[in-house]
Amino acid sequence: MSLEPVYGFETQVVPHMAAAYNLARWLTRNDHDAEDVVQEAYLRAFRFWESFRGADPRAWLLAIVRNTCFTWLQQNRKPNIELSDAMPDLTMTGANPEALLLANVDADRLRQAVEELPIEFREAIVLRELEGFSYKEISSITAVPIGTVMSRLARARNRLQQTLGGAA
Amino acid sequence: MSCESNQELLSAYVDGELDLVRSLEIEKHLETCQACARVEQNQRTLSSALRTGSLHYHPPRHLEQRIHTALRGPRRVNWPILAVAASLLLAGIFFAFRPAPPNLVAQLVAQEVLDSHLRSLLPGHLADVQSSDRHTVKPWFAGKLDFSPPVADFAQDGFPLTGGRIDSVNGRTVAVLVYQRGRHVINAYVWPSPGSPNSKVNQASLQGYNILHWTHAGLEWWLASDLNIQELNTIANLLDTRN
Repeated sequence: MSLEPVYGFETQVVPHMAAAYNLARWLTRNDHDAEDVVQEAYLRAFRFWESFRGADPRAWLLAIVRNTCFTWLQQNRKPNIELSDAMPDLTMTGANPEALLLANVDADRLRQAVEELPIEFREAIVLRELEGFSYKEISSITAVPIGTVMSRLARARNRLQQTLGGAA
Repeated sequence: MSCESNQELLSAYVDGELDLVRSLEIEKHLETCQACARVEQNQRTLSSALRTGSLHYHPPRHLEQRIHTALRGPRRVNWPILAVAASLLLAGIFFAFRPAPPNLVAQLVAQEVLDSHLRSLLPGHLADVQSSDRHTVKPWFAGKLDFSPPVADFAQDGFPLTGGRIDSVNGRTVAVLVYQRGRHVINAYVWPSPGSPNSKVNQASLQGYNILHWTHAGLEWWLASDLNIQELNTIANLLDTRN
């Protein structure tokens, strides 16, 4: 049976399940939790679908997924949401390029490094590098100013370089 | 331009998110600052590694089905689908159990009317309000029914009103007007039947009793009595024309 009668929900929202799951999985860091969050997010999206007036259902859906994640984590989880204060300030990381063998970094190490990022930085990286959203779109999905998006991405990358470079 | 403050801008520069002016500034700076150039190079390498590192998590196959199920579940009712399903179900019921033909319904109601008539003949059951005054009987119905039955006395025509009661027929509460002809009791049942066309008076004989039935002005009438059919038709005509 198709959900098509509900004004395009089936064709415009359901196809973004992969992006929804990817974001939820990165934020929750757990398969089961990600599934629960995506299901809950879809139920919410379905409820709000009629009021959707934007141009990009994918960004709209991911904003719901993201909010569902944060609510869900607060309700169900221990201190999974690290404070961004825990992030070191930006320092120059270009001084020792030979140590940064990023091109040769294997996927598992890369994955682990991203998973260890504080959640706001993790979501910025996932939305930018994995889902290819612009700063403006990320700003709208995560409800922070573009300047904050810029700063989070820069700090996240800095941290990733330190982690990966330092261990190489 | 300090290199420290460039960190954030470099990241945005690599992402192509800087405006033209600042972009050109950074470009110019990178030509002369080897440290920043290395940072930029590292950023590009990192970005490329992230994008090509197969870091995507893929949803399990059952997730889509699970979500469809949840969307159709009790928390989310899919009305269009529900409507289609309901109409199919109704069609199925219709073909399995076609509605009883009108004459069967009439037969069932006729039997109920007769049963009620026979009950009413038991001592003390005939009338809840005993009066030949329609100004007493009619107000008595008020508040006991969801409609106001027409109440008329035909004493001058030889059919005096003796009272009224409420009864249950055809699954609803109905008004019953009790008339008398000599020693014969006539129960006149009436209830609203909105939208029903006027009909001629149909007659039937059940267990030695005469039953008359017609609809007029959105009211359904049933008469039951052991009175002969001609005289019963007379009061039927009075009820039909004077109300």
